[in-house]
Amino acid sequence: MRTAISELDLRSASSLTEALAILRDEARTPIAGATDVYVALNFGTLKPKRFLDIWALDELRSISLSGDTLVIGSLTTYTSLIQSPIVGERLPMLVEASRLVGGVQIQNRGTIGGNVANASPAGDALPVLAAADAVIVVRSDAGERRVPITQFYTGYRATVMTPDELIVAVEIAPVEGKQWFRKVGTRAAQAISKVVVAGVRAPMPRIAFGSIAPTVVRVPETERALGDGATIDDAEGVLAREIAPIDDIRSTAEYRRRVSMNLLRRFWAETG
Amino acid sequence: MTLRFVLNGAKTELDAHPMARLLDVLREECALTGSKEGCGEGECGACTVLVNGEPVCSCIIPVAHVEGAAVLTIEGLGGDHPLQHHFMNEVGAQCGICTPGMIMAAMALGPAPTLEDVKTALAGNLCRCTGYAAIYRAVMKWRGLEAPPSMVAE
Repeated sequence: MRTAISELDLRSASSLTEALAILRDEARTPIAGATDVYVALNFGTLKPKRFLDIWALDELRSISLSGDTLVIGSLTTYTSLIQSPIVGERLPMLVEASRLVGGVQIQNRGTIGGNVANASPAGDALPVLAAADAVIVVRSDAGERRVPITQFYTGYRATVMTPDELIVAVEIAPVEGKQWFRKVGTRAAQAISKVVVAGVRAPMPRIAFGSIAPTVVRVPETERALGDGATIDDAEGVLAREIAPIDDIRSTAEYRRRVSMNLLRRFWAETG
Repeated sequence: MTLRFVLNGAKTELDAHPMARLLDVLREECALTGSKEGCGEGECGACTVLVNGEPVCSCIIPVAHVEGAAVLTIEGLGGDHPLQHHFMNEVGAQCGICTPGMIMAAMALGPAPTLEDVKTALAGNLCRCTGYAAIYRAVMKWRGLEAPPSMVAE
């Protein structure tokens, strides 16, 4: 551990109303399952000093239907997503992604809201949410707004959220078409992805990649090509031109481009 | 903060910084050094303990999160637990660093797990000595299940 705990300050909220009032009055970084915050703490890269513990807010843990829309509370853990019949039925690709987030220990604490808020380009749930055209529901003391996930990220680890806002839910309208998810990392469990992809096979396919850009990305040109009836060979070429992955500690740009193309081909073959 | 929780079956009250890591409080305040620190990022599982019956990595949890909860560590099994004996008999422990975490993660398994269930339950625990077969065998035998032939010692 490379952070002096004595310099940190934690307040705990026991209701959403209280949490939003605290965030209105003071700048604090929310902590839910702590699986990202405490990794930074252990590695000495944690910048914030003041935190707000929201783990006790059970009101943010429900999974429900509002009309035809699936509403997942932001504190829903991966374990709860895996065990939820309604998520399994409506969004099986989210269940698949959840199974590949760390081990059971991480699945028991990591939350969908935390994955969205942490804004990592490698967040496992994010391509699923992007391919499903999910809407992120954020609330502050002043009110609530809904932001499509494709507009939620403004750059590397940057979002449209203001410091007084909290993610309260993720909304997903019915997804028509066959869902597909694949994560490529150094091993099956317990690895941050080199490339992660989710796809929906519909007349106009929806395909989202993680770990190949500063944020999770949809690939609209590739989607349009496939929707217009292009061959998978041609669509691969479109994808190769559309994405611009980089070299980093986990992989190289060239590897990521090749794997992305292969994953597109496999998505198309396995959902056809 | 004054923290109240149930530790290995005993009501416990102690003073701790709310953001102290659960692992540090267990090891340094409670003198329970069975839980180990491996990677410090939730990938190796050596620090696994049960909180309200669920395996968690105690190195990435603020101690505030166990207020009012039941925490079970390897010491809570008492040293004579059947699963501990199976780990010894099958040589599921070699260097021993991963063993407390492995055992605590396995404790959360249901009554009749398949080998796949065991592998999934232990996917968050890394072992660099055994090659895992002896560990899976120990857990399967503990549950009264036959280990597959490839995992039976010759």
